[in-house]
Formats: sequence, structure tokens, C-alpha cells
Amino acid sequence: MIEVRNVAKDFTLHNQGGTVLRVMEGANLSVAPGECIALTGASGAGKSTLMRMIWGNYRTDHGMIRVGGTEVSGAEPRRIIALRRATLGYVSQFLRVVPRVPTLRVVAEPLLSLGVPEKRAEARAAELLTRLRIGESLLGLSPTTFSGGEQQRVNIARGFIHPYPALLLDEPTASLDAQNRETVLHLIEEAKARGAAIIGIFHDEAARERLCDRVIDVTAFTPERIG
Amino acid sequence: MALTEALEETARHAAPDDAAPDAAPDQAPATPLLRVKGVTKMYGGRIGCAAVSFDLWPGEVLGIVGESGSGKSTLLGCLSGQLRPDAGEVIFDTSAQGPVDTLKLAEPQRRLLARTDWAFVHQNPRDGLRMGVSAGGNVGERLMATGARHYGRIRASAEDWLGRVEIDPTRIDDRPRQFSGGMQQRLQIARNLVSGPRLVFMDEPTGGLDVSVQARLLDLLRGLVRDMGLSAVLVTHDLAVVRLLADRLMVMKGGRVVEAGLTDQVLDDPQHAYTQLLVSSVLQV
Ligand SMILES: Nc1ncnc2c1ncn2[C@@H]1O[C@H](COP(=O)(O)OP(=O)(O)OP(=O)(O)O)[C@@H](O)[C@H]1O
Ligand SMILES: Nc1ncnc2c1ncn2[C@@H]1O[C@H](COP(=O)(O)OP(=O)(O)OP(=O)(O)O)[C@@H](O)[C@H]1O
Ligand SMILES: [Mg+2]
Ligand SMILES: [Mg+2]
Repeated sequence: MIEVRNVAKDFTLHNQGGTVLRVMEGANLSVAPGECIALTGASGAGKSTLMRMIWGNYRTDHGMIRVGGTEVSGAEPRRIIALRRATLGYVSQFLRVVPRVPTLRVVAEPLLSLGVPEKRAEARAAELLTRLRIGESLLGLSPTTFSGGEQQRVNIARGFIHPYPALLLDEPTASLDAQNRETVLHLIEEAKARGAAIIGIFHDEAARERLCDRVIDVTAFTPERIG
Repeated sequence: MALTEALEETARHAAPDDAAPDAAPDQAPATPLLRVKGVTKMYGGRIGCAAVSFDLWPGEVLGIVGESGSGKSTLLGCLSGQLRPDAGEVIFDTSAQGPVDTLKLAEPQRRLLARTDWAFVHQNPRDGLRMGVSAGGNVGERLMATGARHYGRIRASAEDWLGRVEIDPTRIDDRPRQFSGGMQQRLQIARNLVSGPRLVFMDEPTGGLDVSVQARLLDLLRGLVRDMGLSAVLVTHDLAVVRLLADRLMVMKGGRVVEAGLTDQVLDDPQHAYTQLLVSSVLQV
């Protein structure tokens, strides 16, 4: 479902004398439906970089990345937009929303953009938020003023409201208490069970143990001179 | 219904093709709504915009950013038929005749297109509204221009649209001057969208507004784009606005496009020196 073949990444810092930083090379991985893999490696090893290249907000100039039937590397923007709408979900570390939009709408949005009627989309959003213990009194408020853990759960709800066949999770259990962590682990297990291909970054070792079929240490893809 | 069942039902409803994990590439429309090729506009010896080319697909929002004087408004003027470019093609997929080069259309035909298929939201609501005409009149006028004659229906439609842009419909007979800046901007949007256009041009639509009013307007525009399947070309200085509203982004400098791509790719992994400077000069977008 997700395939990374011989990928390398350079950053050219034009405003620092055009320095070219090679931060990754020879990256390979492949994730089957129903499989969950963890990316590990020290800070700066390239976990987020690899995840962003799969999501498509970092460009892939060397090698090939494919998600489902879409070749992300070199894809026209509209292909990536379509991929993100129906197939590829992403729970990032930070919530980015239009200010003043109520939480319920923020979470329902992915379904609305797939054409699900508003009532049904909002009912699903409410159901999922309730499961994640976001109180009813918060649903009508914008998440911009929520606590870190609450924002995190809103982000998770948004990433799980549609059954994406492929999911990227960047520290999904960070800043959650034990109860909410357990709920999120359940959501991930359910996604696996329905056949989602999942790539996660988990500093939470116990979560990694429980969820992941394989661990990929991205240090293997870090060029010598950086590591 | 259990949550997983509910979600699976959504999957069937919304994206039947996803059942097989390695299904065909995700569906995307087949014909661009707008194809822009080599559009150039000179002001005497000075470049307004030069050799601009892009395709805009149905349902997409294209953001255009760049410093003051980089040619954003000039380009928008050329695309929307308000300015005559010196070179290039602007091919629009009309509902009546399919793709036509709008620059080759006779003036009356182009004006008809501008009233039916296009909308233009100006930075200053005064440029897009008739200040001496009531709110209802401003909205109704565009319907009449596209052939509506039945007074009751026009008024009902105007009331409906005032409601959609969150203006109390009881203020239908007030003049735009009696409205705040944010309300005027929302009225301008209602006036433009009432006739069901397929393509909206916006030049700094949230420019003069304070941040919280801007946010409401952004949310409104996003909902309208989604629900009506609109495409839009949005000019703005504000990178946070494009991040939230635009699918794709074009960066202009000196009249030329220096970088274009998926919005978050251009902002998170900018390739061009100028874009890197632009992105690094704002705190966090
Ligand atoms: N936009 C960017 N421009 C320049 N360099 C970048 C950019 N993004 C990442 N890098 C560099 O790429 C390398 C990998 O960074 P990355 O963020 O992927 O690490 P990580 O493994 O996710 O670390 P952490 O655990 O701290 O989040 C680092 O050297 C980083 O400085
Ligand atoms: N009517 C005109 N006559 C002569 N030069 C013009 C005219 N309109 C614009 N220009 C010039 O063309 C260039 C592009 O202007 P334009 O208004 O398109 O910029 P812009 O990107 O919209 O800037 P801003 O962000 O300030 O609105 C500028 O150098 C401007 O001075
Ligand atoms: Mg990281
Ligand atoms: Mg301008």
C-alpha cells in the first residue's frame, strides 16, 4: 500500500550560500494493508522528513514513493490532493485550523469534502469526539484555545473519521493521559484490523511494542557525514 | 451502530474505489476549468506580468502570493477579462460551448461570461458593491443581469444569500454604507455568488479586516467552495490565509512565477531562493 524506493533528500539553503544538505539516502520501505510499522532513530535522523515526503509536503527529487495507485514523487498537485482526500490520512503533531470554526466542524470536515451529508458527518464527528472524551460543551468551540492534549485528540479524531486505507501518525499518543492513550491505541488497532497500512513515529515504546509489526530505524538512511 | 461499522459505511458511501487497497489512482477531474498559457502584460516598458502559465482544475483553490508590485492584480485582471494581455491565452471551459479562449471572445460575450460563470471579489468592497443600492438590490442585481425577472423569487434568493453570509436578512433594505467593513465584504461575496458562478477571482478578500472577522470570512469561503464545487484564484499577502484556503500556490516576483506547487509543499519545502526568504520572514504559518 505504501512503498518507498531508493529515496534521497537534499535541502538547498539558498539564503545560506546555497549550501546543499543531504539528509537522507537509500531509503526503502514497504507497508502492506493491515500492517503497522514504526520509524525510529535519534533526533534529526530523518523520521519526520520521510513521513513528510510520503505525505507530499516535502518534495521527493530522488527515488520513488507510491501510496495505493498514486505515485507521490513527481505527482501533479491535484493527484496528491485527491490522494489525501480519500486514501491517505495524516495525524500531525500540531493542529492547524481556521480560527473560530467549531471543533465539531473541524473534525467533520474530511467527510464533508468527500460529499457526506452534513448531519451524518457531524454525527460521526460527535461520536468519535465523545469516545476521545472531548466533552459536549467543547464541541461548539474552536479548538484553538484547547489544551495541548485536547488539541491532540481533535487532531486524532480528524485523522480517524474517515477509514483511510493508509495512515501516517506523528506521535499520536504524546501528551495524552493513560485513559485517552488507551482509546487512541484502540483506534489504531481498529484501523489495522480493517486493513489500513500505517506508519507511525512513537516515542512511546510500549505503544510501539503493542501496535507495530516492524520497526524501521531511519539511521540506516542517514548519510555518514550527518549521523 | 458501532463506530467501526459506521466508519465502514462511510467508506462505502464516500469512496467506493478504496475497498481494494491498490486501486486505480485517486479520481481527479479530467479537464481543467481554466488553462492559462504565456500571459504577458506590459505597462509601457514596465512588466506587469510575464509568461504566466498554469492549469486550474474544478474545485481547486489556487493561491497567488508575492511582494507588492509583483504583478498579482495585473494577472488577475488579465484572467478575468478586466485587462487585455499583450500575449497569451486564457482558455476557460464554458458550460455552454466547452473550452474557449476568452481573449478571442467578442466583448459582449466576455461580459456575459463575467456575469454568469465568473465572480470577482475585490479587496475594497466599494469596488464590488453599488453603495447607493440596498443590500437586497446588490444581490438581486446580479440575478437580474443573468435573466431573473420574478421580483418575489429574486427577493427570496437575496434573503437566502444574506443568511448564508451571516447578514441578518431583516437588513435587506439597508444600504452597504450602514454595514461594517466585514459585513460589506460578506455582502460582496453574496452578490458575486448568487448567480452560481464556477470560477471566483479574489484580490485580497480579507485585506482590510481585523483578524477575527477574517477568520469568519475564510471559513465561509471554504464552505462555499466545498458546497458549490467552486474553483477560485485567490491573491493575498498572507501566507497563513493561503495555507488554510488554497490547495495550490503560485509565488510571483517581478511579474513572473518563481515557484508553483502544492501549497504545503511550497511553504514547507520551498525550492526557490525568493520563496525561502518569503517563508522564513514570517514566524510560523
Ligand atoms: N525544511 C527543512 N530545511 C532544511 N533542513 C531540514 C528541513 N527539515 C528537516 N531538515 C533536516 O533534516 C534532518 C532530519 O530532520 P527530521 O525532522 O526529519 O528529524 P527527526 O528524525 O524527525 O527528528 P526528531 O525526533 O527531533 O523530530 C535534520 O538534519 C533537519 O535539520
Ligand atoms: N495601470 C498601470 N500603469 C502602469 N503601471 C502599472 C499599472 N498597474 C500596475 N502597474 C505596475 O505593474 C506592476 C505590477 O502591479 P500589480 O498591481 O499587478 O502588483 P500587485 O502584485 O498586485 O501588488 P500589490 O500587492 O501591491 O497589490 C507594478 O510594478 C506596478 O507599478
Ligand atoms: Mg520529527
Ligand atoms: Mg494588487
